[in-house]
Amino acid sequence: MHANLLMQAVVYLAASVVSVPIAKRLGLGSVLGYLIAGAVVGPYALSLVGAQEDVMAFAEFGVVILLFLIGLEVRPALLWSMRKTIFGLGGAQVVATAAAIAAVSIALGLEWKTAVAVGFVLAMSSTAIVLQTLDEKGLRQGPVGRAAFGVLLLQDLSIIPLFALLPLLAVAPVRLTSETAHSASLIADLPAWLQTLAVLGAVAAVIGVGRYAIQPLFRYIAQARLREIFTATALLIVVGVAVLMQSVGLSPALGAFLAGVVLAESEFRRELETDIEPFRGLLLGLFFITVGASIDFALVLRQPLMLIGLVLGLMTLKFVVMFGLALIGGATARAATAVAVALAQGGEFAFVLLTFTVGAGVIEPDLAALLTAAVALSMALTPLAMLGFEKTATLMDAALPDVSTAEPQFEADDAEPDIIIAGFGRFGQITGRLLQANGFRSTVLDADIEQIDLLRRFGRRVHYGDATRMDLLRAAGADRARMLIVALDDQEKTTELVERARQAFPDLTIIARAFDRRHAYDLLANGADAVERETFESALSMGVTALRSLGFRAHRAQRAADYFRRHDRRTFEELRPKWGQTEAYMLASRDAAQTMDRLLAADLERMRPGASDGWDPSGRDEDQREEVDGGPARAD
Amino acid sequence: MSSEDRGSRVLLVFAHPALERSHANTALANAAEAVEGVTFHDLYEAYPDFVIDVEAEQRRLLDHQVIALQFPLYWYSTPALMKEWLDLVWLHGFAYGKGGTRLVGKRLFVACTTGGPAQAYHRRGYNRFTMDEFLRPLEQTADLCGMSWETPFVVHGARLKTGDQIVAEAGRFRARLEGLVASARETA
Repeated sequence: MHANLLMQAVVYLAASVVSVPIAKRLGLGSVLGYLIAGAVVGPYALSLVGAQEDVMAFAEFGVVILLFLIGLEVRPALLWSMRKTIFGLGGAQVVATAAAIAAVSIALGLEWKTAVAVGFVLAMSSTAIVLQTLDEKGLRQGPVGRAAFGVLLLQDLSIIPLFALLPLLAVAPVRLTSETAHSASLIADLPAWLQTLAVLGAVAAVIGVGRYAIQPLFRYIAQARLREIFTATALLIVVGVAVLMQSVGLSPALGAFLAGVVLAESEFRRELETDIEPFRGLLLGLFFITVGASIDFALVLRQPLMLIGLVLGLMTLKFVVMFGLALIGGATARAATAVAVALAQGGEFAFVLLTFTVGAGVIEPDLAALLTAAVALSMALTPLAMLGFEKTATLMDAALPDVSTAEPQFEADDAEPDIIIAGFGRFGQITGRLLQANGFRSTVLDADIEQIDLLRRFGRRVHYGDATRMDLLRAAGADRARMLIVALDDQEKTTELVERARQAFPDLTIIARAFDRRHAYDLLANGADAVERETFESALSMGVTALRSLGFRAHRAQRAADYFRRHDRRTFEELRPKWGQTEAYMLASRDAAQTMDRLLAADLERMRPGASDGWDPSGRDEDQREEVDGGPARAD
Repeated sequence: MSSEDRGSRVLLVFAHPALERSHANTALANAAEAVEGVTFHDLYEAYPDFVIDVEAEQRRLLDHQVIALQFPLYWYSTPALMKEWLDLVWLHGFAYGKGGTRLVGKRLFVACTTGGPAQAYHRRGYNRFTMDEFLRPLEQTADLCGMSWETPFVVHGARLKTGDQIVAEAGRFRARLEGLVASARETA
């Protein structure tokens, strides 16, 4: 059993490792890479892996995680602002597409009940494929991604009534197979009002627990400083929600999405995202592989024309309906095309629904097999279709360079910060507030849970997380941000973070807080663009206070500090090339220190009472007049 | 070094970046500070970083009838911070221009020291123009803002003066300020 499991893992992993980078390099995107890998190792080609049902059930968890992560990015306010897209565009898509497909099916000779069932089943699109593809193309945050997401969300919602309504369309006696268990929830035998109550209760539980119990739990776990337990907790939440939702007959993906939305305001959002992210990637990959592997090539070869017709017909029909609806909804032709191409495939829910409808006697098994293959093929074609659309759009852009493609953007979210601030204690807060006050959007990361608690109470958005993790920085938006400000109070960590961030994000401007001069040189050597010695300015400022208390005029004290700062910074720059060569540095350092002291003394001497400079030439003794003509600008 | 009292009639705005090096200006400033009814406002002490609080400065201007400017003549003009103060505080809509009538009816008085002797500020002297001519920009500033222009108080050859001479000048300055305070009380 174990050997078998490991063997399977080897096959899946090897297939991904081989095919995905190739697909990526060819510009096909990772989704197609996984699908091809699945098709190759699947039972209908190399047959390295067996039946897909078990793996599929497991892999579908990737979709659950995907929706959870998306939920994390969608604050309740954002969701509310999307209600028109979700219910308007989404509702219209499901109904219109189902009607169109049903009409065509009836025209092709299907019984009307079966036709309606087929219509609804095929109206679903693939959340996994669409979102993953849009994400890779950087479209998910834009208006196209938003519209597509709204529609997908409503499709997920419509699964619930579909499970209830599809059996009513039965044309054949119900076959009680094990597959029907897929839908059978713990509460299936309860009366309807109790079921409704259970569903509402489950949703309320997710919201309530997410709101009030999860925060203290994470805080408690964060204090334990065990990263793997944090990850385990995150997974536990997602799996727990999925199980709870399944037990009341709701879509686990939808439940996970809801949980994500509830946690979107949490300070642990970034950390959660980062911890869950790898699971999403792997499980989604696995999911795509299983889709690829489930394409029944025997069936394709037996009825090639039939399948090609089905796939093309399905995609064309879905495209036309979606395109029209998007246009009515006010999208530009280009955006409407993009959304329609993205959503033109059948979805993973179609597999579930097909199995279910066969069990419920709504659709004949032969038809279901044919449709399953068609849906899988349409999913595989989606990345290619998107690629085709992009190429055409690029060609059109080249032909018509003036066509404006500017469209309203997604609401400002700190997924797109100008600046990432790592460390928000005594130091980072001052820098951060200055930048924020000047209109720069920043994402703030801090690893001290008590500090975050305090800041949150003052209404500041701070995320929990260890910034030395590049994946977390990436999740915070480091590959799109302009600047990283490192304000940690730990020397080693600062150096580590600067070094790693420089490697991971070559274009990012990095400004770092240095402990002292040595540390400052180290940071510059490791890729910081600029450094600030943490106590330099405040020490200087204290010097000014002291000078004033000793009777200096304010402006003289200020200028004295200004001169000091300038000389110190010059010395710092001049010694920089020597840093690292111990002997040379020591010599140069002593030398520079002497020179600078002399220059500083000269500067300060000029400010001394009784010092004789002045601009007014008529005020000088005759013999001095020559040398001061047009000279320095100070007089009595 | 700043004294403020409600009954003040004269606002003395003082600018010297290196007062510690000027005997003449120190003596004049000390004399001015001692005059009752004069608010002494030291710009380089208040804004060593040149970051001027515009609103506070405008309020200060509104609270007084006579605005006096005391400074050493630098390159035939005011020191940099006093120019900055004029630029930032005497704004359009406040001091001049549309709606800029807040200073109308007030008086502008300039007290100035020069390094060069009196004869240098003459048509045939070293600096080729008279003191009145060098102060024209401020005189016109007063006119533009609807203020009357007081005869300036000038100490020439400040660096060359002896201790006694400086004391005498300080007395003269105090008398002049007391006169301004008194006349401001009468008009009020």
